[in-house]
Amino acid sequence: MAQVVVAEAVPAAPPRPATRRGGGAGDAIFATLCRACAALVLLLLGAIIVELFIGGLPAFRAFGAAFLASSEWDPVQEVYGAGVPVYGTILTAVLALLMAVPVAFGIAFFLTELAPAWMRGPVGTAIELLAAVPSIIFGMWGFFVIVPVMAGTIQPAIIDTVGELPLIGALFQGPPFGTGLFTAALILAIMVLPFIAATMRDVFLQVPGVYKESAYGLGATRWEVMRGVVLPYTRISVVGGIMLGLGRALGETMAVTFVIGNANRIATSVFGPGNTIASLVALEFGESAAGSMKLSALLALGFILFVISFGVLALSRWLLRSRLKG
Amino acid sequence: MTSRRVLLASLAAAPFAGAASALAQATQVTGAGASFPNPVYQRWGEGAKAAGIELNYQSVGSGAGVNQIRNRTVDFGATDAPLGQQQLAEGNLMQFPTVMGAVVPIVNIPGVADGQLRLTGELIADIYLGKVTRWNDPRIVEMNAGVTLPSLAIAPVYRADASGTSFVFTSYLAAVSEEWKTRVGAGTSVRWGTGAGARGNEGVAGTVRNTRGGLGYVENAYASVNRLAVAQLRNKAGQYVRASMEAFQAAAASADWNAPGFAANLIDQAGATSWPIVSPTFILLPTNPQDPARIRAAMRFFDWAYTGGDAAARELEYIPLPDAVKQQVRAAWGRISVGGQPAWPAR
Amino acid sequence: MSATTSPTGISAVPGRAKDERASAALGRRRARTDAVVRVLCVLATAIGLFFLVSILATLVVRGIGGLSLHVFTDVTRPPGSHGGLLNPIVGSLIQVALATLVGTPIGMLVGTYLAEYAGGSRFGGVVRFVSDVLLSAPSILIGLFVYQILVLPFGGFSGWAGVAALAIIVIPVVVRTTEDMLRLIPNTLREAVIGLGAPKWKMIVLVCWRSAASGIITGVLLAVARVAGETAPLLFTSLGNLNWSVSLSQPMSSLPITIYSYAGSPYEDWITLAWTGALIITLGVLGLNVLARGVLRARR
Repeated sequence: MAQVVVAEAVPAAPPRPATRRGGGAGDAIFATLCRACAALVLLLLGAIIVELFIGGLPAFRAFGAAFLASSEWDPVQEVYGAGVPVYGTILTAVLALLMAVPVAFGIAFFLTELAPAWMRGPVGTAIELLAAVPSIIFGMWGFFVIVPVMAGTIQPAIIDTVGELPLIGALFQGPPFGTGLFTAALILAIMVLPFIAATMRDVFLQVPGVYKESAYGLGATRWEVMRGVVLPYTRISVVGGIMLGLGRALGETMAVTFVIGNANRIATSVFGPGNTIASLVALEFGESAAGSMKLSALLALGFILFVISFGVLALSRWLLRSRLKG
Repeated sequence: MTSRRVLLASLAAAPFAGAASALAQATQVTGAGASFPNPVYQRWGEGAKAAGIELNYQSVGSGAGVNQIRNRTVDFGATDAPLGQQQLAEGNLMQFPTVMGAVVPIVNIPGVADGQLRLTGELIADIYLGKVTRWNDPRIVEMNAGVTLPSLAIAPVYRADASGTSFVFTSYLAAVSEEWKTRVGAGTSVRWGTGAGARGNEGVAGTVRNTRGGLGYVENAYASVNRLAVAQLRNKAGQYVRASMEAFQAAAASADWNAPGFAANLIDQAGATSWPIVSPTFILLPTNPQDPARIRAAMRFFDWAYTGGDAAARELEYIPLPDAVKQQVRAAWGRISVGGQPAWPAR
Repeated sequence: MSATTSPTGISAVPGRAKDERASAALGRRRARTDAVVRVLCVLATAIGLFFLVSILATLVVRGIGGLSLHVFTDVTRPPGSHGGLLNPIVGSLIQVALATLVGTPIGMLVGTYLAEYAGGSRFGGVVRFVSDVLLSAPSILIGLFVYQILVLPFGGFSGWAGVAALAIIVIPVVVRTTEDMLRLIPNTLREAVIGLGAPKWKMIVLVCWRSAASGIITGVLLAVARVAGETAPLLFTSLGNLNWSVSLSQPMSSLPITIYSYAGSPYEDWITLAWTGALIITLGVLGLNVLARGVLRARR
């Protein structure tokens, strides 16, 4: 925070036209420079959308609207469809949120209400540092540490028990590869956890103290204050924070590529392998010749991912608008 | 102050000086592509250091390797799936083989040892098509009398990246299974109906090793290095053969090297002892090289491999090329020119 | 609560006993719920911290073995040849430094526009919104975009394309922090400076920027920390180079890309190098983050 020392009021110097005229030219240049850069940012977004669309156009033209839903990915016949990666993207992101949101809420509640004052700073910083860890580190850690645990212990255990149950068992069947949609969702959950927790903590802290104090005065427990006062007050911003986490989870590449199992199929089991848009593009880009239909399909997938994350991020920002202005 | 500045400057320059002097001693040759021959290329790289050549090879898969040499981001590309004449002409590339290797099926079944399990090509095709899902399926049990097969789900693993090994393996499956040929086909990247993908031969080996019930296909060297159980295969003559150097050589003996681009087909060869999945692996060099030093360094490396690399190849259970083929390849090198001069023999 | 309730909870008024037992039971239930939630929240925090510790511990345990001066002084070599990570480290430094050099001025100017010139205008609102979208957009798409405009037309991967991709990621971070920091400067300061006769641009550059310097530096440090670890955008732009090269018009190696390819290889020494590289990046990134926070706190 900038420290400003407010000077005592001094009588204004008499106007000096020479300075202002010279300043006028400098002002105009500087203001134009700033405006031009701002326009550049807009241009950048527009260019990204346009270039991705142009790159994907051959695929859109060849397969039409069916490209969006088709679960074909046949390099031999050169038939491609976005169904499988879109399914994987959305499923892993949703599963990740299901796991991350309760834990993030717990952390935010802990940091704002339950932790002793001396603990809040270090723990808060630690959680923020988790957010700073690069994606590829998560990928490596996930592949070398989590996948063996999943393949050796967790997946066999669940497959042998829950997998045998009648209806929901189908969701947990299949060979214990260790990799797969669930493992990818787990890694994603750990990645977006700090973002959601930090956002929740920030909005919880913005609740006016008087509301909470009056509730405490009536004898409410901490949990009841959270449930009855803080959450309703911050509901919209909390959802905005969750959407922000969702936006990040949708676009993660390196963390997911290592652990998702790389299969271009829709699996019925969460332990089954799959692909997200990002992991598929990262995996198959290096082997797609320039100008090939495969490359065009990958760019078309990039366009679809952009549309999805743009929508989610726009929604998130709109919901957080009140927090941002505050 | 000045001496401290000098000290800091020299410390900063040290890494660069170190790198420069290290590079001055040896010419670097960079390549990327197939993981199929990677073990033998790395071994050759170690040996060629004595001849002043440093090989820097990345096994990124045949598909990516072809792309990289097309983009000229490396000195040579490596692929097990041979390119057709039209693709070679479009990319200004020449293609020649280095060694032959074998693709073997690997399994991870508790209680089943190396070389114990028997499989056939049609059965493997059906497994990868999703029609056979458990190791104690009657069809598997029937051909494996005396082996206790648990009621374990089969976990098929395939190559997620565009792979020459996949090309060789799917070519074999297409040759022995009509259904595979029509439904899936052969290629570096196909539409796999079931199973999980892994990157590189090393990824497939690692995934099979870590997954109980795993089934995969890798180049033979990866199976032995990772101590994975290899299955027997039934060959064209109806005999079950174990993966061994003799079986590979029996298949390699009938290679026809007169095919364009040296693309001999060794899949499912006749012969009582032949291993059914053997293939040569290829190198791609530019026919319009820009840098004389780099193209000659690359040719010198492969010439060294031809003259002095056979022992290392055999040790890793790859099959060296016949001498006649090596001569033909050297003659083909002579037809490339750089800067107006023929690139080979290197001066 | 009745005034006639004795401390033992047994009411002197008949018929109230059931109510008071019920309310006492309710009180116990509420206290229990509160206790359970507390435990769950502590557990949640422990889970979060556990993962952080696990990641850092894994990095240290697996990467410290390979850490030596040799890693910083020797180029990448084939497996078994005891190579180092010099060219990826140098390549990363070059690309990150140039991206920051390019992205920071643009980001500062846009942030200045939003704070000083835009007011509540719609154009300003749109720019702010777009910048925030770019901030959280998947970096792989930035890489694909730069591939389309800087790699395909020029026929090759290059360090410049990598720099461009990273710069696009730097810009929104700097925009956000610059705008936030400039907004914190009270208007009285601005009025005082203008009142002294200075032109607006001097007021911004010489006074506002200087006052917000620590915050803007924080933003730059955070941006550097972010792009230093980015892999996906570089996959499509600078690709990586096995040779020693500092030429920006050629493919350029970088630490994240090298880690990615080494981690997928079957060689023990390459995998150890990958962990060592991962440790170096993480220490650098976390160090920058802690430094940024320190800068912010010091000037407060």
